[in-house]
Amino acid sequence: MISPTTEEMVTITLNGKEVEVPTGINAVEAAALHGQEVPHYCYHPKLSVAGNCRMCLVEMGTPMRDRSTGEAIFEEDGSPKIGWVPKPVIGCATNVSPGMHLRTESDLVSECREGIMEFLLVNHPLDCPICDQAGECRLQEFATDYGRGYSRYIERKNVKPKRTRLGPRVTLDDERCILCSRCIRFSQEVAKDDVLGFVDRGSFSTLTCFPGKELANNYSLNTVDICPVGALTSTDFRFKMRVWFLKETKSICTESSAGCNTIVSSREGVIQRITPRRNDLVNDTWMTDSGRDLYKSVRSESRILRPSVNGNDLPLKDVVSSAVDCLRGEKIGFVVSCHSSLEEQMLAKRLVSLTNAQTFICGHFGDDDGILLSADRSPNLRGALVTGLIDQYPNDNLADLNDAISKGNIETVFVFDEDLILSGVSKENLQKVSMVYLGTHSNNSSRLADVVLPGLSVFEKNGSFVNRSFIAQAFEMSVPGPAGIKSQVEVLTDIISKLSEEEGISSDLDEVWDIFNSHNQSVLAGTKFSNLKKVSVPIDGSSWSHLNFVEKTALNYHPIESEPK
Amino acid sequence: MSEQSPKERRIILKYADDPAYSNRIDCYLRVGGYQNLKKAFAMKPEEVGEEVLKSGVRGRGGAGFPAGMKWKFLDRKSGKPIYLICNADESEPGTFKDRQIMYKDPHQLIEGMMISAYAIGASQAFIYIRAEFHEGARILNRAISEAKDKGFCGNNILGSDFSCDLVVHRGAGAYICGEETGLIESLEGKRPNPRIKPPYFPAVLGLYQCPTIVNNVETLCNVRHIIEMGGDEFAKIGKPNNTGTRIWCVSGQVMKPGYYEFECGALTLGQMIFDVCGGLRPGRSLKAVIPGGSSAKVLRADERFSGTLKDGTAFDWGLGDIPLDFDGPMSAGSMSGSGGIIVMDDTVDIVQAMANINAFYAHESCGQCTPCREGSLWMRKITQRMCSGGARKEDADLLLSVAKQIEGRTICAFGEAAAWPTQSFVTKFKDDFINKASETAENRDPKSLQLI
Repeated sequence: MISPTTEEMVTITLNGKEVEVPTGINAVEAAALHGQEVPHYCYHPKLSVAGNCRMCLVEMGTPMRDRSTGEAIFEEDGSPKIGWVPKPVIGCATNVSPGMHLRTESDLVSECREGIMEFLLVNHPLDCPICDQAGECRLQEFATDYGRGYSRYIERKNVKPKRTRLGPRVTLDDERCILCSRCIRFSQEVAKDDVLGFVDRGSFSTLTCFPGKELANNYSLNTVDICPVGALTSTDFRFKMRVWFLKETKSICTESSAGCNTIVSSREGVIQRITPRRNDLVNDTWMTDSGRDLYKSVRSESRILRPSVNGNDLPLKDVVSSAVDCLRGEKIGFVVSCHSSLEEQMLAKRLVSLTNAQTFICGHFGDDDGILLSADRSPNLRGALVTGLIDQYPNDNLADLNDAISKGNIETVFVFDEDLILSGVSKENLQKVSMVYLGTHSNNSSRLADVVLPGLSVFEKNGSFVNRSFIAQAFEMSVPGPAGIKSQVEVLTDIISKLSEEEGISSDLDEVWDIFNSHNQSVLAGTKFSNLKKVSVPIDGSSWSHLNFVEKTALNYHPIESEPK
Repeated sequence: MSEQSPKERRIILKYADDPAYSNRIDCYLRVGGYQNLKKAFAMKPEEVGEEVLKSGVRGRGGAGFPAGMKWKFLDRKSGKPIYLICNADESEPGTFKDRQIMYKDPHQLIEGMMISAYAIGASQAFIYIRAEFHEGARILNRAISEAKDKGFCGNNILGSDFSCDLVVHRGAGAYICGEETGLIESLEGKRPNPRIKPPYFPAVLGLYQCPTIVNNVETLCNVRHIIEMGGDEFAKIGKPNNTGTRIWCVSGQVMKPGYYEFECGALTLGQMIFDVCGGLRPGRSLKAVIPGGSSAKVLRADERFSGTLKDGTAFDWGLGDIPLDFDGPMSAGSMSGSGGIIVMDDTVDIVQAMANINAFYAHESCGQCTPCREGSLWMRKITQRMCSGGARKEDADLLLSVAKQIEGRTICAFGEAAAWPTQSFVTKFKDDFINKASETAENRDPKSLQLI
């Protein structure tokens, strides 16, 4: 998460200690900034405040003022007299103000929390042993941290619908629902698809879809993420894996140029699910449903698992040599990719200049949903711009490459990932040229390649992308790649090494950045991969403001005003 | 129809039970109707507001907040339209006063509302009427169209350039819509979940996020009389800080239950029960009284109440000595609420009565806040079990503890409304609750009244 920029601060007294917090934040956030957890269910930093769970009750007081004169009243020792609100107040709806006093650790507050926990559990099925949320359940956590530890409830529990299909990807267990209304507010406020609501009243209130509607929008799985209990579960992930077995890795979604920050959860080298990771500059705490499915391509049948030359599997070293041989010729064209990482693009740039090659690129475009699925369906088109690999906005085809081959201007092509036939290069033309293909999955044109070099998917390597707002962000390796396959960066380093007959070029990502920055004047100067791993870095994209980017205004994204050329 | 007591001072209900009086406009005009609207229109709006403030009239819906003060809180700087809403969602068990006004004298309400709308600058007003008052909605709609025809409501009222439309909106059968922010949500077409305050104070962010005044039917009717008499003159009725008359609704085991309008503080609870309402049935003795609708704390017949009043005078009352105004029941630890006096004699099984009240609140909780949602149903389940042969000795303490976990921890006052009956019933009649554990079908008092 990006740390807040310079904001005005106010001084409040938290549990008797004076602390500084930014103005305008609420008591829950203010306490969290100083290491005090205020437990909450319905409050979510990216949704409107509902204030209904009552778990965040705290004690609040403000400096007293004389009613008639408006002047501050002081205690005998000269300190301001504090007027404590007689009832506990909800932290989520209490914004800090100068001189405010908060108690998040008092007998009254603990008593409130114990009471709320007991109430939440009286009609809860307590079926944790068969509940998917177990291990990441706020009800479990807060019951342990703030509950009494025993129940006084001997009546019958309410019965509500189980295993309801809310939509194609979400399953609902109403008995577990604590009616926090996060999912309803999310659907209204973020997904703009108002399909959820409560019916009936009191303790019999039941979450459901409006008649004739279903929760089918491309953001439906976010309701599962924000559900603090096991009521909303992912139909895909349900019963697949206990969450405490999962290893979590920070990653970036490659679905579009939105560049959602994600967490990839895996166990023993197998990815189990992808969930969003908070970044207030990019995706807040959301991501698309479609982006969560991308890990399934890792184990796809079309995955390239062996390096080969003319269809014969050979050791990688020999295949790299064949690739280098191809690149020693004349009239070389590089088909670079908006799917490649920044580091791969940096090395591609170096290869292009080493071989005096021409560069071609194909954009991938679709509809913009105005939220987190942008019209540019590649994660790193701006990376190709900032690394200087291209200087024009790409078309959605490779017609120029097709022309160049037809005219005999290109005799060798080095392809990153792209399906050339799909992008408008004719099969006849492809058969005329010698082709090196470096990619993760095979396609119609890769099958025509002379030299095939397998690569690693985004989940199996480290790297970085530049998103639609020109924010550079790092992704990290979640699972190991297929046996024997090296990362694209290593393969490219090998090729450069052989081609330039320079020994000892490092494939370490930071050194790739250092070498690039020492050879190129670019907006990337001054940063490197290991910095991006810690925090995403906005870079200056103003040099490209004249380009007609396809993205429309969306969550955390405003297109740069086009300047007259 | 209640038989009028000779000691009553009827202002609001002056003509309500007159056989020659109808709810049509001709009848209202005959008794000086809409003259006060003309009088108010001759004043400046702020002068009207000033009269209401001077009158000291307190809200008749339950909380007893001074109406003139409420109007003062109105955010007039926002530039947004201002709305006036009449809260006619009268649903507190034991209360049936607003119904009499709307059914028998609807024009009085309309006149009061139009004066109020003029005072606060509202050009749109609503009457939010509970669903069960089908006939009331019909009567009001007819009355509004009569008033519009005569130019007392709608466009260019009395030929002036002030216009205010008035719409009757029927609820859908929910007690929570009597809570003003719940009412506003319902009026907006949503689930009536009360809003959090701050920031959603109706006077600033009310209906459609615009400044809104919500007043009770009886309160708005009083505005008409305040204009007639003048604020200072009105303030002379009743007692200081308890001005005007109040309509008390007496129900339960008295000989003559009904509605009675008295000057505030003009009589005591004992006089009300034993003189005005003809006392208890023969051979019965008084057990308990709920003085202000079911959510008010119950008072035990043999209790003593002592302390000092706001003006410094000491008091030591028995139940019968409590003066009927705003401050009297409050000083006795309960409240006058909506004026619904529920009388219980010695045949009432107090646990049964508790179970009945709990069933109401469990059914009516909107389900928004955890404590009230889960606590009200839990208390219902406990008291129901206690009345079905499953009582345990520890249930009394459990009920108190559950109620304590609700009180003061919810968005709206429904939490208190659900908790206070339990807290007072169990504290004051603890033996009844504990003895329930040893009660069997055989040893139950055969006289005891089965309520559920």
